[in-house]
Amino acid sequence: MNGADAIIKCLEAEKVDVVFGYPGVAICPFYNSILESDIRTILIRTEQNAAHAASGVSRLTGRPGVCAVTSGPGATNVITGIATAFADSIPLICITGQVDSSLLGSDVFQEADITGAVESFVKYSYLVKDVNDIPRIFKEAFHIANTGRKGPVLIDVPIDVQNAQIKQFKYPETISMRTYKPTVKGNAAQIKKVARELAKAKKPIICAGGGVILSEAEDELRMFAEKHGIPVVSTMMGIGSMPTRHPLYFGMVGNNGKAYANRAMNESDLLIMVGARVADRAVSQPDLITRDKVLVHIDVDPAEIGKNAGPTIPLVGDADNIFLDLMKEDFNCEAEELVETLNGYRDTMEKKRTPNPEFVDPAAFITRLSEKMQDNGVYVADVGQNQIWSCGYHVVKNGKFMTSGGMGTMGYSIPAAMGAKVAAPDRQVIAVCGDGSFQMSMMELATMQQHNVPVKIVVLKNNYLGMVRQYQHFTYKDNYSVVDLSGSPDLEKLSAAYGIDFLRLYDMEKCDEVIDAFLKEDKSMILECIIDPMDLV
Amino acid sequence: MKKRIYSVLVENRAGVLGKVVGLFSRRCFNIDSLVVGETEDPSVSRMTIVSSGDERTIEQIEKQLNKKLDVIKVKTFHEKQCFNRELLLIKVKYNKNNRRDIMEICESMKAEIVDVSKHYMLIELCDTPERINAFMTLFASISIVEVARTGTVALSMCKENED
Repeated sequence: MNGADAIIKCLEAEKVDVVFGYPGVAICPFYNSILESDIRTILIRTEQNAAHAASGVSRLTGRPGVCAVTSGPGATNVITGIATAFADSIPLICITGQVDSSLLGSDVFQEADITGAVESFVKYSYLVKDVNDIPRIFKEAFHIANTGRKGPVLIDVPIDVQNAQIKQFKYPETISMRTYKPTVKGNAAQIKKVARELAKAKKPIICAGGGVILSEAEDELRMFAEKHGIPVVSTMMGIGSMPTRHPLYFGMVGNNGKAYANRAMNESDLLIMVGARVADRAVSQPDLITRDKVLVHIDVDPAEIGKNAGPTIPLVGDADNIFLDLMKEDFNCEAEELVETLNGYRDTMEKKRTPNPEFVDPAAFITRLSEKMQDNGVYVADVGQNQIWSCGYHVVKNGKFMTSGGMGTMGYSIPAAMGAKVAAPDRQVIAVCGDGSFQMSMMELATMQQHNVPVKIVVLKNNYLGMVRQYQHFTYKDNYSVVDLSGSPDLEKLSAAYGIDFLRLYDMEKCDEVIDAFLKEDKSMILECIIDPMDLV
Repeated sequence: MKKRIYSVLVENRAGVLGKVVGLFSRRCFNIDSLVVGETEDPSVSRMTIVSSGDERTIEQIEKQLNKKLDVIKVKTFHEKQCFNRELLLIKVKYNKNNRRDIMEICESMKAEIVDVSKHYMLIELCDTPERINAFMTLFASISIVEVARTGTVALSMCKENED
């Protein structure tokens, strides 16, 4: 058994079903060995998307998605995907081929110092120098990626290590790392303190971040909120932690969120921030969430607590453990009046849009689409105006909402949706992008067809990089610079070229009919919606 | 700005120094000095990092160091909580007019002249960084040829172990 065979054995031991990647000489031993395995391989069309697709797998299964690419440009291309996963704490295992160990550092063909290059975007990285370390390294890597604050782990394997004979293959059952013991259980005294403060609070509110979803604490959050009648708002990454139309849910906060969600958060007297980084787009003025209120900050990563806003009560641990512990505390919370007030805010503060009837209204379209989706459907929003409309108007029932929140990586939706569909073939998976973000990943239409991954794609077409155009509209008084997307392909012809069914929607008149046709069968489909180029989020 | 000394035990592996330094530059933390050396356990190195920043920064430095998977343990000290030392090597050009002065400065500061040639003298001083700074100012009027400083090493005071 050689190193490459051993890597495959490790992936099998971790119950990996699929590897997304792109071969090159330095990773060929790996791709040769994988032929002997039942692990599915999917040839992505550019390496960045291998990491995005693995991210889609991870977000659906709760286990690290895996991608494998070659050395040099293969490895450097995957960096954006790794950084995207890192920003959103998505667990990934990224295997890179590397040149022969004896040539490391000599700048030979397709050599790149990938472990050095990704240092600030990975939770950890390994350069494997001894074939006999492979089982331990893979065991550690999967553990590191998927525990504590989750994140990507990169394993760089020189070609001679992949080819070397391993003395004995034994996948370790346990891990011994003296440097890594994440705190997952909340401190009992701090939990009691939170309960005491909640009993005193008149206007408590929970702001749920992506950490709630990563720790699979959606049910615990909902049960806790329902038990005490505490309203919930969310960050962008926290969308889907509560059903959108739950009576206690009041939307996304932040400068692109709902005005009433921000008001609810800022006016609270006790704010439980859970699994959220308190970054600038969600909380542009951290002093507003600390002034005149008790701020409870729950996070599995102690470094996040107090980084952007000083909490009154820091609470380190995994969100689901902490909600379960909080539910054991006996206290009463009086928030009925608050919920009434917030309902009033929502009724009066919901943004009034004045859509142009000549075009599809993206807000109304997204709401209709999500209402018609299967209850457990997966909705992947790309980046740009489409993302903000998706966050504002998509209705999560019992499904998943995915997007690139922290990094804001355009082109994320199509590969991530592919990953999701591969991981959950029985669920409806829809990617919603703009015509800019679509063109950043449209090469993956071939992957969808080749590997029979029936993803549905909505393209909101306005012939502009809409989000930047909107920014230039406000900041530079319509002095548009490099945002015109003229020259884009005819999507009907492009779809035909790939053998994918195509639909187009010009205005809202046929909206329901077209959405029904779009969702009817479980097959790849592209739906182009012509939207007003001058529309604003 | 507050000064802190971070005593950091790390895995003695290739690349660990780079990761720690990368963390400081990536997050715009200062490094006043950084010293690395093996400990009694050859698999463990101790880094002594002197840094400064506001309250939030000095807390973040400790938390971010703790997040690094190659970091075993971080201890943060005020200067007064630990015993700290730095080694200075200073080479000066002397002449018959200032030779006596130099020797007197060295004697008063407990510095040692470790090498001498016809025109040059090499002096060694092991002391706190503050005393080393003071020593250097005494040489302001003397022509300094080269200076090498090790940066601070520190260990907690013994009474901390008694607690």
